[in-house]
Amino acid sequence: MNTKKRLDPIVLKADFPILAREVHGKPLAYLDNAASTQKPQAVIEALDEFYHTHYANIHRGIHTLSEEATAAYEEARDKVAAFIHAPDRRGVIFTRNATEAINLVAYTWGRANVGPGDHIVVTEMEHHSNLVPWQLLAREVGAGLAHVSITDKGRLDLESLDRLLQGPVKLVTFTHVSNVLGTVNPAQEIVARAHAAGARVLVDAAQSAPHLPADVELLDCDFLAFSGHKMCGPTGVGVLYGRPELLEEMPPFLSGGGMIRRVGRAKASWNDLPWKFEAGTPAIAEAVGLGAAMDYLSAVGMEAVWAHEQELATYALERLAEMPGVRVIGPPAAPHLGGERAGVVAFTVESIHPHDLAQALDWEGVAIRAGLHCAQPLHERLGLVATARASFYLYNTREEVDRLVDGIQKAQRLF
Amino acid sequence: MENLYREHILDHYRHPRNQGTLDDADISCELDNPVCGDVVRLDIRLRDGRVSEVRFSGRGCVISMASASMLTEEILGKTVEELKALQDEDMFGMLGITLGPVRAKCGLLPLRVLHEGLDRLEES
Repeated sequence: MNTKKRLDPIVLKADFPILAREVHGKPLAYLDNAASTQKPQAVIEALDEFYHTHYANIHRGIHTLSEEATAAYEEARDKVAAFIHAPDRRGVIFTRNATEAINLVAYTWGRANVGPGDHIVVTEMEHHSNLVPWQLLAREVGAGLAHVSITDKGRLDLESLDRLLQGPVKLVTFTHVSNVLGTVNPAQEIVARAHAAGARVLVDAAQSAPHLPADVELLDCDFLAFSGHKMCGPTGVGVLYGRPELLEEMPPFLSGGGMIRRVGRAKASWNDLPWKFEAGTPAIAEAVGLGAAMDYLSAVGMEAVWAHEQELATYALERLAEMPGVRVIGPPAAPHLGGERAGVVAFTVESIHPHDLAQALDWEGVAIRAGLHCAQPLHERLGLVATARASFYLYNTREEVDRLVDGIQKAQRLF
Repeated sequence: MENLYREHILDHYRHPRNQGTLDDADISCELDNPVCGDVVRLDIRLRDGRVSEVRFSGRGCVISMASASMLTEEILGKTVEELKALQDEDMFGMLGITLGPVRAKCGLLPLRVLHEGLDRLEES
């Protein structure tokens, strides 16, 4: 651990212009990174430079700008492929976000491969974006939807997975890191068990790709989805990684320009991967911006990012545990106690509604999230109405955790 | 902070008016805010076309609960037509503050419950 490269959040903070601003006269402590992250100057400049000097539509015009824009867009794809260790760039598809990536699989692979009586396995800790598309698919084709249960400590119950895998399961899909519990699921183990049972696997990496080294070859998953905006990139661009051999067999998702090879009056044939799944003019500049985000994160080093967030999570868990009336949701074990836990810490404060807590903290310049975090079934499973959530990234500091704690104490005095 | 959690808002939160439920109410309606899980229910009895009794129940933040409490005081004795005419601005007026687009959903939830209840009354 101590041989690894460490990062200095104070130095990195200076790369993010927005973090220099004040909120209500206090320095901003941005602790809502699981919702979206801020953008470094390098990403903002990449967008700016692209629009200033290279912008045109891609894969179409025979002119200099179109060539340059196409090259920049495709270079971004290579950066994404390298970032997630995708063995083949044809498996890297730009989508709008993780939600659209998951919907792409549900609408194309799902409708072609899941039929009446088949089972789709999700977990009790899914974000709505990795639950609702499967509810719709199951209802439409007459398939069953089963949920891997979680333990009271907030970890997946793998025995429950094994029981479900005895059924006619076509797909297992799960979040790599829970956006509420901070649980890091044993992805490789789950993928291996699902494959052994003959199921395909989609990993929702929206909360993992931005925070820990991502490796689709190591995971051995069939599909992986994530959003650019949660990892220093612009909004409007996300990624679906899929095994090219599966993507080849899948029918198209959205149709129109860009995704076709030949179009006759009555029918059309499809473009090669990955463009077969990129209908219409994509988010070109945003993809270029995402490429710049990949460069930025790679330069910092994802192992350093992960180590830093584990440290902050550990510190936050320690501080919150000392506070009367504060209950932390999710696995109690901090990393040094043997349990991996991402930098997502959801909690409740006795007799203070999370909204009021978030409002009180906002007044102190501390930005957190309050509510159901798009995970209503999980909150119901845990018997919670709503929670407050602090989530960290590479630019957060221990001092900001202290300000969170101070802000909670202030709110406890107010309400 | 002082702006949002003014003393009269905190007072309604700490000492809610007309809290509870009514059996055989003429209007009973409950809605939730799916983003945060807040729930507000209103039970209203009418006599001669006016609100003769009203209770609210539910769970939520200071803003949604205080709004519900204030709304019950506001509508007591009012006619159905007067209830229908209540606008978002009236609710902000009762609160004495203007809420941003996110927090407005908390403050306006009780009013939405009232309007939904009135719609159902007309349909029945």
